[in-house]
Amino acid sequence: MSTDFKRRQITGRGIPVPGNDIDTDRIIPARFLKAVTFETMGEHAFEDARKQNPEHPFNSKVFQGASVLVVGQNFGCGSSREHAPQALMRWGIRAIVGGSFGEIFAGNCVILGIPCLRASQEDIEWLQKAVARSPQQAVSVDVEKQEVRFGDRVIKASVPDGPRNQLVNGTWDSTAVLLEAGAAIEATAGRLPYVKGF
Amino acid sequence: MARTLLDKVWEAHTVRTLPSGQTQLLIGLHLIHEVTTPQAFQMLKELKLKVRMPERTFGTLDHIIPTADQTRPYADPEAEEMAAHMYRNMKDFNLQLFDMSTGKQGIVHVIGPELGLTQPGMTIACGDSHTSTHGAVGAIAFGIGTTQVRDVLATQCLAMAKPKLRQVRVEGALARGVYAKDVILTIINRLGVKGGVGYAYEYAGPVIERMTMEERLTVCNMSIEGGARCGYVNPDQTTIDYLRGKPYAPAREAFDRATTWWKSIATEPGASFDDVKKIDGASIEPVVTWGINPEMSVGVSQRIPSPDAQPEPERPTFREALAHMGFAAGQPIKGARIDVAFVGSCTNGRLSDLRVAAEVAKKGKVAKHVRALIVPGSQQVAKAAEAEGLHEIFQAAGFQWRKAGCSMCLGMNDDKLQGREMSASSSNRNFIGRQGSPTGRTLLMSPAMVAAAAINGAVADVREILR
Ligand code: SF4
Repeated sequence: MSTDFKRRQITGRGIPVPGNDIDTDRIIPARFLKAVTFETMGEHAFEDARKQNPEHPFNSKVFQGASVLVVGQNFGCGSSREHAPQALMRWGIRAIVGGSFGEIFAGNCVILGIPCLRASQEDIEWLQKAVARSPQQAVSVDVEKQEVRFGDRVIKASVPDGPRNQLVNGTWDSTAVLLEAGAAIEATAGRLPYVKGF
Repeated sequence: MARTLLDKVWEAHTVRTLPSGQTQLLIGLHLIHEVTTPQAFQMLKELKLKVRMPERTFGTLDHIIPTADQTRPYADPEAEEMAAHMYRNMKDFNLQLFDMSTGKQGIVHVIGPELGLTQPGMTIACGDSHTSTHGAVGAIAFGIGTTQVRDVLATQCLAMAKPKLRQVRVEGALARGVYAKDVILTIINRLGVKGGVGYAYEYAGPVIERMTMEERLTVCNMSIEGGARCGYVNPDQTTIDYLRGKPYAPAREAFDRATTWWKSIATEPGASFDDVKKIDGASIEPVVTWGINPEMSVGVSQRIPSPDAQPEPERPTFREALAHMGFAAGQPIKGARIDVAFVGSCTNGRLSDLRVAAEVAKKGKVAKHVRALIVPGSQQVAKAAEAEGLHEIFQAAGFQWRKAGCSMCLGMNDDKLQGREMSASSSNRNFIGRQGSPTGRTLLMSPAMVAAAAINGAVADVREILR
């Protein structure tokens, strides 16, 4: 079961969203929070930013299908809404490489199995430019080794120990961990007088 | 060694210890409602998972539904959409839904006990913080988040750390005009809104033992407001009498076997607790909150405290509370003018609550400037109240008689405060904006006190009216 949940390596095309302090309201505007489903969140990722800026990378054809987001400092600051990582995930993002992240946002990403890796300002600037120049080339994110590879360059990118273990071992998903108990669940239920109807 | 109910229930439901050190705890009863579940069901669908034990999950509609006109489609498109999703998910996953057509719909924490779904010795979870209510019958009941709702649906389990246990003893006896709501508001006031963090509360002592089941439900309901993860009362004869004949309680011989087990899971004499707190029941008077969290309360004969009399770190919150409420330190709470009166919610929306409110309503008419709502906690409560003619007493006194739902407890439907309106409310939270208006103000009190305030147009001492 848990093999599906292991997040050791993620490889996919990159998409750079330059700028610092991009908050969760930018990622998903508040008016989408009342929805009964996360299903449509992907369509609304960066909605207002995209309307204001036709050149926004999320509007650009060349980046459609990308799965590795490359961002600046303090990405995802602001509210605790799970909708922000949901929107990015449903758009197609599977890993985020950035200078730094809002703490709650990074935690919410882990719950969804999305690693957030921190790299130096210099490496981020290089990676954003490199990805923009060659949008068809894959970025390889190695959570276990804490590095990101693009072309022949390897940059250091860290994930704190706790989330790294959860991602690498596939235990970020509480449902998956609980499912591993298998038949012990039914066995425990079967011993309860009220489940047996007394 | 003598063991507590928490020890025994925890052990009986432990599936295994997780690598994180938490317990994988089997959940015996899962209750769901329309607001915190749609995303959980969606996650389940995406993971192509089934509901693990569909016969152990029950749903209802309560949070966002209207309480005036309930014809579908609802006037509010968001309420309609949430209800439609609930119907679809319950059908897709083959789960039982108590909707309006069943006559059993109501606030999730009212219908669980009244249907006999909630039973002693169970573990219970629901995507709603007031799940602690169900502890009144001797269950260990937790409020959970949306991702945990998914966990319970998919695995019938939760990953949980066992809380510490504090016994809260209410000694002596209560004076006339003092109700279960006053008891729990006093406990929260004395122990603080964060006082229970990390604890489960076992309520005990003569006052709790003498309480009816409905009164115990009121006490356990607000455990969460005191910071506790859950709260319970040991099952006793009151519990057994309450459950007998309930639709989902065991019947005939099975009921007798059940009572033996229920009694066996109660805390044993001599068991030890991580902490014990005692409160003298005779010291409790009708309580009114004056601030923006449920700890900020005074007896109705008292004055609003001054921030300067508080420890330094608490002063800013006190000042913020006074500013929001428009109160001055040293002002008596009695006489504070109200605009809205609300009797209802999972704290105080049961038949006995409506009975005492009706007793008071008989003594007068709702003041001209007050909008007063009575919202029964469930269809069954409404039916029983109507059979006794309570709705006519309320209507004759100028109260609106509504249909069952959460209503103005959280203002997710049309029942909202407007602007800075001041509400006398039998609900459980006085947080800023809780009753639907960002600037609205809430005074929490017992249903009897709400009815008294409605008639008086201002906070009144119900003991004077019932004299
Ligand atoms: S009545 Fe209020 S506290 Fe109770 S379940 Fe409904 S919204 Fe929550």
